[in-house]
Amino acid sequence: MDSTAHAFKNNVRTALDDGKLQTALKLFPEGFPVKRRLAMDRLPEFDALRDAARDIKNHTLAHLDHYLERFESKVIDSGGQVHWCPDAESARQTVLAICRDAGAKTVTKGKSMIGEEIAINESLEKAGLRPVETDLGEYIIQLRHEPPSHIIAPAIHLSKDQVAEAFRKQHTHLPADRPLEEPAVLLDEARAVLRREFLAADVGITGANMLVAETGSMVLVTNEGNGDLTQTLPRVQIVIASIEKVVPTLEDATTILRVLARSATGQEMSVYTTFTTGPKRPEDLDGPEAYHVVLLDNGRTKMLGSEFQDMLRCIRCGACINHCPVYGAIGGHAYGWVYSGPMGAVLIPNLIGVEATADLPNASTLCGRCEDVCPMRIPLPRMLRQLRAHQFSRNIGPSSQRYGLRAWAFLARRPALYRLAMRLGVGTLGAWGRRRGRFRSLPLAGGWTRSRDLAAPAGQTFQQQWSARGGARS
Amino acid sequence: MSPSPARVGLFVTCLVDLMRPAVGFAAVKLLEDAGCAVSVPLAQTCCGQPAFNSGDNADAAALARQVIDAFVDYDYVVAPSGSCCGTIKVHYPELFADDPEMLERARDMAARTYELTTFLNDIIKAAPVEGRFERVATYHDSCSGLRELGIKTQPRALLAGIAGLEIREMHTAETCCGFGGLFCVKYPGISEKMVDVKADDIIATGAEVLLGGDMGCLMNMAGRLQRRGVAIEVRHVAEVLAGTTDTAASIGEAQK
Ligand code: SF4
Repeated sequence: MDSTAHAFKNNVRTALDDGKLQTALKLFPEGFPVKRRLAMDRLPEFDALRDAARDIKNHTLAHLDHYLERFESKVIDSGGQVHWCPDAESARQTVLAICRDAGAKTVTKGKSMIGEEIAINESLEKAGLRPVETDLGEYIIQLRHEPPSHIIAPAIHLSKDQVAEAFRKQHTHLPADRPLEEPAVLLDEARAVLRREFLAADVGITGANMLVAETGSMVLVTNEGNGDLTQTLPRVQIVIASIEKVVPTLEDATTILRVLARSATGQEMSVYTTFTTGPKRPEDLDGPEAYHVVLLDNGRTKMLGSEFQDMLRCIRCGACINHCPVYGAIGGHAYGWVYSGPMGAVLIPNLIGVEATADLPNASTLCGRCEDVCPMRIPLPRMLRQLRAHQFSRNIGPSSQRYGLRAWAFLARRPALYRLAMRLGVGTLGAWGRRRGRFRSLPLAGGWTRSRDLAAPAGQTFQQQWSARGGARS
Repeated sequence: MSPSPARVGLFVTCLVDLMRPAVGFAAVKLLEDAGCAVSVPLAQTCCGQPAFNSGDNADAAALARQVIDAFVDYDYVVAPSGSCCGTIKVHYPELFADDPEMLERARDMAARTYELTTFLNDIIKAAPVEGRFERVATYHDSCSGLRELGIKTQPRALLAGIAGLEIREMHTAETCCGFGGLFCVKYPGISEKMVDVKADDIIATGAEVLLGGDMGCLMNMAGRLQRRGVAIEVRHVAEVLAGTTDTAASIGEAQK
């Protein structure tokens, strides 16, 4: 997917002016965050589980090569293949080659952020294949030709009217005037359409929530069961996953599962949690004949050993996004690439470079709620600051802001000069603003006064008044 | 009380110094009433948070050093802001992670530094604050204070001693108001959306007064409420606790 993160400010304007999006976002805080809270309250050991989950991932990342090789050898033992892909292009080519070799026409897909990262649908289409998303949210946005706006709820930005509109436009084999007001009716229609696709597919592609080194298994978590039909019905199964998805043991996987759904949707477990190991064995009743794992790096090994390594603990639960007031104001598309919210603001610059994503780490108040809710205890605000420090030292971002900051810091480092300058400034502003107590507009303060009044200073600084009252006693 | 009073250096904070000296005087009064000897070192300007949050670590470290030098002689450093205290207590040590000598001094400073309501309620534990303020108020928990320092119960516990005051909690007391320092002028559209959510919630409580412990957030919310024509008085909690609300108009209102 091409990034529009460089046009973040435009994206924000569009998002703020989009009435339908804003209506959808208004409901957002009432959903997942409330459910998560209730799930936490039911599990007193949640914080201990977070520590355990963090430790598992830290250990794995410290020995990532070992666990990935172990995983690969187990996949081979069970009759599957592992393809190591350094970047998106090589992952795309690998997937295409597998599809070609299988003589595939239709490909069903489970929801996969890695699929979005490598824009697999576009390249399948270009190669003459027909990819069909089978997760309801992904299916809807595929019909609308747009990217997901949330890592676990890809169509959260849409109303049911917009979904009905998309169905009417695309499902032309059905009567145009059929009633589509009820969500259940929409669901039944999608189910009927997708059922045919499941049965017709030659290749099934899914992501993976985890890869288990001990057994060579992949773990897939869904609420609709679509992932399982995508895995088991086609002749060929492809799992696309990034390298940090590996965990050492089944036991570790279950520990992480205990925090995953709770953090994401407030469920104790997702409706379907499936462990898959290799292709169909002779004694199995169903399953694919061929089993491929496409392991994607795409910038992650560069994060290993850097100050951003902690980000590789992320299990894509979406809790940080669900609790982010900035995301709540602008939705996911404004971030301009596959990911969004606090995790996106850290991950996107790391994966596609800091230059064209300069706004993302800055567009945060660093309120800290994301870190508070992250089940993997990822210090998101700290990493946002670190990205800002990278930008500052490399002169990325508006130079006017930099000069302003340096000028202010020059003064602030000279207390006597600072006191004098502030006395003058505050005196002038205080005199101007005395009558009303505040300003509706003020030169150079447009960013503030566009939507807020600005309180006028009292006319004398505290330090001035304190000295007048008897001299500073320091 | 021990015979020699605790020596407290007041870190005024740049916003209180420039915009709202009344809060500084309220803090001095509260600390003196609690039996402390209060000084205000002249060599203080700003804690450096704007530089730190902008990624300008060199200036942030220089300012941190200046603050550490200015407050070396006090038993305690107290500031009427959770945000500035968060910078000093949590982030100064981070800034000097590679400089053992400064790290030591930063940690020492961090250990002596407290946000005003935390200091009064948890540390000095003087007689309960008393006073009268016959209003309905709601309280905003500023993010840094809440999440970096765990400030939540302290201001409410102190306010419980104020006769006539009723606190009505809002749903989003712990949600960011959209100030975020330079964030609010760099991304005014997002900030406006955030502060509007907050303003709606403040209004929904029916409170006449909005209280909080950080000037930046209070100025942001006051400015938005006033722009929307809402007559809710906005004040720093120290003013209500010190009983000085009669001597200074609320934030953004003309002096009587
Ligand atoms: S950063 Fe944490 S909260 Fe956000 S998606 Fe990743 S694991 Fe979940």
